[in-house]
Amino acid sequence: MSRIARVQLAVIIGFFAVLELLTRLGAINPLTMIPPSEMAEHLWRLLWEGALNAPMAQTFVNVALAFMLSVGVGLASGLAIHALPRLRRLADPLLASYYAVPFFVFYPLLIAIFGLNRWPLVAIGFVFGTAAMVIATLNGLDRVPRVMRKLARVHRMGRLEEIARITMPAAVPHLFAGFKLALAYAFIGVIAGEFILSGSGLGHAIAYAYDSFDNQTMYALMLFVVVLAITLNAALHLGEQRLMRKRRRA
Amino acid sequence: MSVSAVERDTAIRHIGDTGALIIIILLVWQGLYEAVGDVALTPPVATFANAGALLRSTSFWRHLDATTVAFLVSLAIGSLAGVAAGLALGFHRFSGEVAEPILTALYTLPKVTLYPLVLLIFGLGISAKIAFGIMHGIIPVILFTMSAVRNIDPVHLKTARALHLSPLQTTVTMLAPAVIPEIFTGLRVGFSLTLLGVIIGEMFASQRGLGFLVINGINTHDVPTMMAVILLIVVFAIAASTFLLAADRKLHRH
Repeated sequence: MSRIARVQLAVIIGFFAVLELLTRLGAINPLTMIPPSEMAEHLWRLLWEGALNAPMAQTFVNVALAFMLSVGVGLASGLAIHALPRLRRLADPLLASYYAVPFFVFYPLLIAIFGLNRWPLVAIGFVFGTAAMVIATLNGLDRVPRVMRKLARVHRMGRLEEIARITMPAAVPHLFAGFKLALAYAFIGVIAGEFILSGSGLGHAIAYAYDSFDNQTMYALMLFVVVLAITLNAALHLGEQRLMRKRRRA
Repeated sequence: MSVSAVERDTAIRHIGDTGALIIIILLVWQGLYEAVGDVALTPPVATFANAGALLRSTSFWRHLDATTVAFLVSLAIGSLAGVAAGLALGFHRFSGEVAEPILTALYTLPKVTLYPLVLLIFGLGISAKIAFGIMHGIIPVILFTMSAVRNIDPVHLKTARALHLSPLQTTVTMLAPAVIPEIFTGLRVGFSLTLLGVIIGEMFASQRGLGFLVINGINTHDVPTMMAVILLIVVFAIAASTFLLAADRKLHRH
């Protein structure tokens, strides 16, 4: 373990230790926050009893669907926009101010369109993640070295072969950044959507626990979401580093 | 063709493209209305009319005031604290490297799930909204500021030393110009996210503000008001972001 990783671990553990101390000593009102150890204990019980299985499955499927749709549609649109300068000129201002729009305000609209089921949630995760994927794809394609394109022409590759064998591999680091963002945004979109207006999923479970003053469950679930976000990030970070090392060796 | 004529031509083409984009969006909107009907949304022309009527009503301005105050306070605190933290983490490289992945993980956290915590700490009211706005906006400000400081070209500092500049002179003539464009980008992103945070914050446990108007419209099936408020929010968000983006590009060009 590197020195940085050790300090990071120490910071995180220290944070929870301070929180534990403050809540145990009563410096933080127990009605405001419960000690982290109690959160973990309660979370463990919820997991053990299987109370989280249904909301977890619901949320994970929604996030997975939103993520796959974002990546697929984002990649395809990125390629299309890159190939057609006219389209690009149209899309640029849209992409530039895309994330300034608070998309959650459209959520009720999506419910009216799709009905009260999983699809409004998938749609909001998708809407959130796609633009990041498009932007990352365009970034990657813009940075494919010109000499690679010449190489494709020298080998008389067709358009599809060039995309598969030259463009995509060259753009991979940027695409990976897009995957990371698309996953993060799909996660945020789905859980926030569940929290605001939905009858199921992890986000809804938190809102429900808050509304019924069930602090133990609420904090257990918050801890779960926090740990989930950190784990996802760490996994993607490691994956990215491995990919980069492989490329450097190749 | 002279340079200014070329510039004018690109400007005209730019306006034409934006116009085309707006027309496409309005057509899609109208099409969606034809497909879904009155239950979910109002058509473009009616929505603009409703938004106009809303802007003339006094109760709307009270809500707008509430949102504006919360947003400006969040933005001010988030920007100042974010830049300060970013500078500190940027200059102290080791702390920066420790903090960066933690901040990135916090950034990808669905912060709405922590809103109950904010409500329990700050109580119902404006301070919870402000705290929530700050939570959304501050992380990109820190991350961009940190990377701006880290990417200062060492040559700048060497030049300052060679010219025997005082610390103040070094800051004003070397460091500030080097980091300001990147910090501005962070503030631009923070601006949008703070607005998002404040509006989401108003959607729960609030009786005032634009977010409240939207959620109230949903709960009482008042589709016209909901759509009109959404339109005003989106138009403001896009206008502000376009303006900030233009300023951003100008700063980065020098």
